[in-house]
Amino acid sequence: MFKPSNHLLKKEIRENNLRGALSLMTFFLFLPALIIMFWLFIKGFPVLSIDFLIQDPIRGMTAGGIFPTIVGTFWLVIISVIVSCPLGVLAALYLSEYAKDGKRTRIIRLAILNLAGVPSIVHALFGLGAFVLFLHMGTSILAASFTLAVMNLPVIITSTLESLKAVPHSFREASWNVGASKLQTIRHIVLPNSFPGILTGLVFAVGRSAGETAAILFTGVAFYLPFLPQSVFDQCMSLSMHLFTISTQVVGVPEAYPYATALVLILLILSINSISVLMRSYFRTRRKW
Amino acid sequence: MVIKKKIEVKNLCIGYNNKQIIENLNLDIFQNEVLAIIGPANSGKTSLLRSLNRMTDFNAEVKVTGQILLDGENIYDDEDSTFLRRRVGMVSPLPVGLPMTIKENVTYAPRMAGCKDEKELDHIMEDCLKKAALWDEVKDRLNGLATKLSGGQQQRLTIARALSHHPEVLCLDEFSIAIDPVTTMKIEAVLHELKKDMTIVMVTNVINQAKRLGDRTAMMLHGNILDIDTNERIFGGHTQDKRTKDYIEGLFG
Repeated sequence: MFKPSNHLLKKEIRENNLRGALSLMTFFLFLPALIIMFWLFIKGFPVLSIDFLIQDPIRGMTAGGIFPTIVGTFWLVIISVIVSCPLGVLAALYLSEYAKDGKRTRIIRLAILNLAGVPSIVHALFGLGAFVLFLHMGTSILAASFTLAVMNLPVIITSTLESLKAVPHSFREASWNVGASKLQTIRHIVLPNSFPGILTGLVFAVGRSAGETAAILFTGVAFYLPFLPQSVFDQCMSLSMHLFTISTQVVGVPEAYPYATALVLILLILSINSISVLMRSYFRTRRKW
Repeated sequence: MVIKKKIEVKNLCIGYNNKQIIENLNLDIFQNEVLAIIGPANSGKTSLLRSLNRMTDFNAEVKVTGQILLDGENIYDDEDSTFLRRRVGMVSPLPVGLPMTIKENVTYAPRMAGCKDEKELDHIMEDCLKKAALWDEVKDRLNGLATKLSGGQQQRLTIARALSHHPEVLCLDEFSIAIDPVTTMKIEAVLHELKKDMTIVMVTNVINQAKRLGDRTAMMLHGNILDIDTNERIFGGHTQDKRTKDYIEGLFG
């Protein structure tokens, strides 16, 4: 039968080694996520209960629950998504489908990339100047959500652009060829086929804004509020900010409290992300090329 | 018989990134004829074809000057070219099954043109699929995904889709490179029938196809038409330019 030469044997060993090294790297990537989850669970589990989720913090935030922070986080995330989704997706549609590739569009793209690289604390300062002071929104849910939206825009635009680019150009040409207009092509060919990708980008943006602390620090999040926000012009509490507060600013918080808060935050983001994965796989099975 | 000019191309120039692809091309295409365009690669065949229904609009790097008259009207006068493309259809060289069902694929054009009548759509679908020699193979799975069809079937689907909006002029860009010879012959027979209703312009690299199908054949080289004449003359050895004869006989290109 076939007998491998020395060279072939050596090559096989090298290849196996490389594969081992690569899978080890992947494992190391996975490990921190696992350890963090595990650690949070061990530390935070003792106080984690339904009461913890639905009670107000009491006695100077050293006891009680985290209900208002969850409510606040929902307010912030939902409003920022309502603002940034249409803006981001429409901007990406324009850039991908309508804009001619010239100097101007290149500058716009560069600006978007740079915007993505701006640290969130700088976004916070911008939000303070633009929304809180200049537009007279005051420190409010609205101002904080707008700041989050501005922060998320480049992420949404970039991911939407990528998913639009992933729709083969030949599909568009085929549609134009039979006399469909540009808008019809976008509506019937481009959007349905890029929808899963766009959705993924949106959901990741949501996850990011749920965990963001710095950007909302000056713009609408309170240290502690004895009541729930009544409108978007009120301040609110947020999970991420609350986590920062009880772990560094308040004396006498039981050790398990920050861990439990962090656990809730992470589970929230995880569940949002898994919804996106589910939706994506659902749409993938429906449309395929 | 009075021969009516369907398309008149006048002083057409097409530039791509400052590189001139087609220079000062003049061409008349008659009603209800099959005009075959042959020529070596890079001679501007596809660019010429794509300028006929303004697909060149979608590429910002392409600059088209000159006039193309369809029934005496310059197609480049209108700002919007969507309506033009309903009159001048195009079949691309590579099969494109849009990621929807077979039925949705074939009825895409009429639906986009505003037809909502299910009965009529069904009628159009059956008619076009039969013309494209695909009906027998897909009639049991019209609601299946078009992307699951084989390459050759998808190409015939592309042709069916191009027929679905009853174009006056049908442009075919090497339609047969993804189809087997038997099916090619079937479609050629269909095209032969179709020319009673429409004008057909086809680019082909298969010289025999031009010979079989064309009423006239144009030979393109370096962005211009070297030779254009009836098939009897072109393939009968009466070419004006020796290079055409050489190309047909396989001596060059």
